[in-house]
Amino acid sequence: MSESPITRMAEATPQPLARKVRGLSDRAIAWIFVAPTIFLLLAVNIFPLIWTINLSFTNFKANRPNREVEYIGLRNYERILTDSDIWLSMQATAHFLFWTIFFQVLIGFTLAWLINKKFKGNDLWTTIIVLPMMLSPAVVGNFWTFLYQPQIGLFNYVVAFFTGADPSSFEMLGSVQLAPWAIVIVDTWMWTPFVMLICLAGLRSIPDYIYEAAEIDRASKWRQFWTITVPMVMPFLMLAVLFRGIENFKMFDLVVQLTGGGPGSTTELASINLKREAFEKWRTGYSSAFAIILFVTVFGLASIYVKALNKVKDR
Amino acid sequence: MTKRTKTAVSLLALTAAAGFGSAAQADDLTLCWAAWDPANALVELSKDFEEKTGHTMSFEFIPWPNFADRMLNELNSGGKLCDLLIGDSQWIGGGAENGHYVKLNDFFEAEGISMDDFAPATVYAYSTWPKGTPNYYALPAMGDANGWFYRKDWFENEEIRAAYKEATGKGLGEPKSQKELMEIAKFFQGREIDGNTVYGVSIFTERGSEGITMGATGALYAWGFKYENTPGSYDMEGAVNSPEAIEALEFYKELYECCTPPGYTNSYMGESLDAFKSGQVAMAMNWFAFFPGLYQDPDVGGDKIDFFVNPPQNQPGSTLGGQGISVVSYSDKQDAALEYIKWFADPEIQARWWELGGYSAHNAVLNDPGFVDSQPFAGDFLEAMQNVQDFWQEPAYAELLLAMQKRLHDYVVADKGTAEEALNLLIEDWTEVFEDEGKL
Amino acid sequence: MSYSITDPSPRQKWFAGTLVILYALITLMPLVWILMTGFKTPPDSISYPPKVIFQPSLEGYVNLFTTRTRVSPDDLAALPPPANFAEEIVRNRDMVIVGPSKFGERFMNSVIIGFGSTFLSIFLGTLAAYAFSRYKIPLKDDLLFFILSTRMMPPIAVAIPIFLMYRTLGLSDTHLGMILLYTAVNISLAVWLLKGFIDEIPREYEEAALIDGYTRFQAFYKVVLPQAATGIASTAIFCLIFAWNEYAFAVLLTSGTAQTAPPFIPTIIGVGGLDWPAVAAGATIFLLPVMVFTILLRKHLLRGITFGAVRK
Repeated sequence: MSESPITRMAEATPQPLARKVRGLSDRAIAWIFVAPTIFLLLAVNIFPLIWTINLSFTNFKANRPNREVEYIGLRNYERILTDSDIWLSMQATAHFLFWTIFFQVLIGFTLAWLINKKFKGNDLWTTIIVLPMMLSPAVVGNFWTFLYQPQIGLFNYVVAFFTGADPSSFEMLGSVQLAPWAIVIVDTWMWTPFVMLICLAGLRSIPDYIYEAAEIDRASKWRQFWTITVPMVMPFLMLAVLFRGIENFKMFDLVVQLTGGGPGSTTELASINLKREAFEKWRTGYSSAFAIILFVTVFGLASIYVKALNKVKDR
Repeated sequence: MTKRTKTAVSLLALTAAAGFGSAAQADDLTLCWAAWDPANALVELSKDFEEKTGHTMSFEFIPWPNFADRMLNELNSGGKLCDLLIGDSQWIGGGAENGHYVKLNDFFEAEGISMDDFAPATVYAYSTWPKGTPNYYALPAMGDANGWFYRKDWFENEEIRAAYKEATGKGLGEPKSQKELMEIAKFFQGREIDGNTVYGVSIFTERGSEGITMGATGALYAWGFKYENTPGSYDMEGAVNSPEAIEALEFYKELYECCTPPGYTNSYMGESLDAFKSGQVAMAMNWFAFFPGLYQDPDVGGDKIDFFVNPPQNQPGSTLGGQGISVVSYSDKQDAALEYIKWFADPEIQARWWELGGYSAHNAVLNDPGFVDSQPFAGDFLEAMQNVQDFWQEPAYAELLLAMQKRLHDYVVADKGTAEEALNLLIEDWTEVFEDEGKL
Repeated sequence: MSYSITDPSPRQKWFAGTLVILYALITLMPLVWILMTGFKTPPDSISYPPKVIFQPSLEGYVNLFTTRTRVSPDDLAALPPPANFAEEIVRNRDMVIVGPSKFGERFMNSVIIGFGSTFLSIFLGTLAAYAFSRYKIPLKDDLLFFILSTRMMPPIAVAIPIFLMYRTLGLSDTHLGMILLYTAVNISLAVWLLKGFIDEIPREYEEAALIDGYTRFQAFYKVVLPQAATGIASTAIFCLIFAWNEYAFAVLLTSGTAQTAPPFIPTIIGVGGLDWPAVAAGATIFLLPVMVFTILLRKHLLRGITFGAVRK
């Protein structure tokens, strides 16, 4: 599929042809180089997207190939926007999004600020802290269900050790109150280093002379922090929030392994709900409409956010 | 870069060595089923087929929580992974209507395999579509129902018996009704036995696949739950949310709340077995399929275990499990796959199947005078199979099941709303599905 | 270094260091626990209170790589003595090894699909990145943004038509299908990162080569590529890690033949019960390469995770 005739030609160019190619204009070469990538993305991203849009107006079910497909206009969209279950899953997503970003920014920034004190061995410890975020979320999520087991799980045991509560008295994944926080904890554990690294880059981009000038002006440390450090790191921090926001809006693998959306539908994030509709209930048309709504939401929010980000950068 | 390439290459070699790659042959059949005890028995049984025919067998066993998801996905994508599939009873409608399964009527006729040789309940549930018509898409492979087992050693312990007598005024024994089951469970809950805190029961509460539905229907059927007022009419109002159904669902929630061990909020077969094997619970529900393995268990098997049928309340009723074996229509090796079915249908093989731990549905096995005494759970199995009920087997079964999973889990585990509200919402969900199907 | 008024005092450094190390140790605990659980016996793995000190055992690893079946004590006694340590461990549980498990195959699938898609993304990505870096392309910024935006779609959202497309083309559950898919997902990262790296290579080198009579292709091949080697290598590792860790597409589009390890590992169960040591052993084998890569990559990490938006 990616093997367009043009790339194949460029790959194995025989001598006489090469001479001809040498004669190609820069513009032609540029297109030969770019075309395969664009083609692949069109085939695997844009074409499917258009197909999804088309499907979203039908009652198609992928597990019922022999059923007649009807165009039903905006009915799928209507049903989704009036479905209270969908709104609950959007609420769960919002809760997850807000609190993961809140904790990750808080802890990530603090860590970066501490590491920037340049104590001995800070490189080594930074690398160790970074490890969780590079690991497979599905595998890690699966193992956290073990850590969260009441009684035998490490997490419950550690909490019990420090609070004196009975380790089997609370169920992180099974309780309606705690499960939304259980997924926030694991995501925070995994992705705080991401925010930390970006903040660290921000802190390190602040030239020393600004602080030196502030010292000479006898500005207090507190004042320096709020008038120099925070504004200078802000664009970096906002970038980190953008990345985490998009990623966690799409969140699927980690949470599906942790709770599968339960108990009940307490942690059924948008992507998990979508997967159920699309690949378990096989309501292809309906879930296509849902997919489009999600995509438009994330795209819209991200665009607004990027505009704000650029404003902060320009300041 | 070269160093890295080298690491990658040696990594490849290492995993290749560890991977025990199996040689591909033209007549290598792949059979797909769930990963559980009977599957291991089938591997053992199939050696005979390999010897007799020269075909080789490969197996793809998928854990229950992922089984339906993975296999339905495979069928819907027209995959060639499985030549033979032992699919769940509820898939038969979809398998037949969407052309995933090969229709077996002509083959049965040509080979002289008669469906009259198999227990009628299993033929009805595992083989026919539309239900009850002589159109066969599978051969009954594994009869199964949801049953119970308990710690016989605890039930026979004099001290415990005396304590139970004092607490309830009754003798401790296999429960004769659902309510008695809860009474016993409450008695055991939190009790100290051999220095450990034990709990009453472990029951199915799993959310992701079918767990909580399969568990709760055990109570629902015993109270007299019906899916429709008139079979085939899809009129669910008054049936699905009947006063009996509401009472049964409230019972299941109470049983979950009063008498299960902590942390069993999302438990299905594996967790139920774990709870029992680790000595945490006095009683547990599970499929008969696991009983041979449980009976052999070195820690809790043998003298320490006994079995009983799902207790009746208003009427006897058990949740049907079990599967038929089908030939996948996307397979390139259908002839060899049919050979396997022919071999499997043989009464002698069926007898050996039961011996190894599989539940044969063949009359020659079930009606054998020695059958009831051949295993401590054999009689219970026959009794259970007389009163089994199954979930919807409609082509839209997955949607129907997922709706029930959600409503039940929301009510029982997540404590949302009342039983009546949960069942009313369920009717709404189901009505929507049947409207989409054009059946309402 | 001379004294600077902005340099933190030793006490501040000590304080900061203590807190960071404390956090690092807490963050490591789950990972150490995975590693340890892999070497426990199944009963030890579920004991209460959790065992920190235990007799190490390879049972988890043996269970990971084999399938076993229970046999009666009589049959067990009749067997010849165990041929190796794995047999011995299994026999102690009244079981015998009946064959290999699927883990080896699934791990190999991860390797094949991971390396295949990485190679393809780097090949296509380098070409495109070079063109974007060196040539005037109409609507360049729009195209680059388009490439990036493909990463914003929830995988499940595009999975529906891809599922249908693959069903029609027969690409479901094939290595090729997964390689193409992961390439398409990775290529945005590859183009953005590599463009950054190539931008940093002075144009003068190529211009000098062109004057020496090199063709455009030769200049690209013999001058730019060697210069970009580090960048290409670190980009490749990022692509590899993504393909290695990916779960959503793998779980939806593969079932057996091409299934990778992430959807497989959570489904490892013992004979009637959850086998945490085997899961932990699988997770360890699977996570370890990525940890090693992360340490190798640490200098380029920031750049990789931000699509080149932040460079140190």
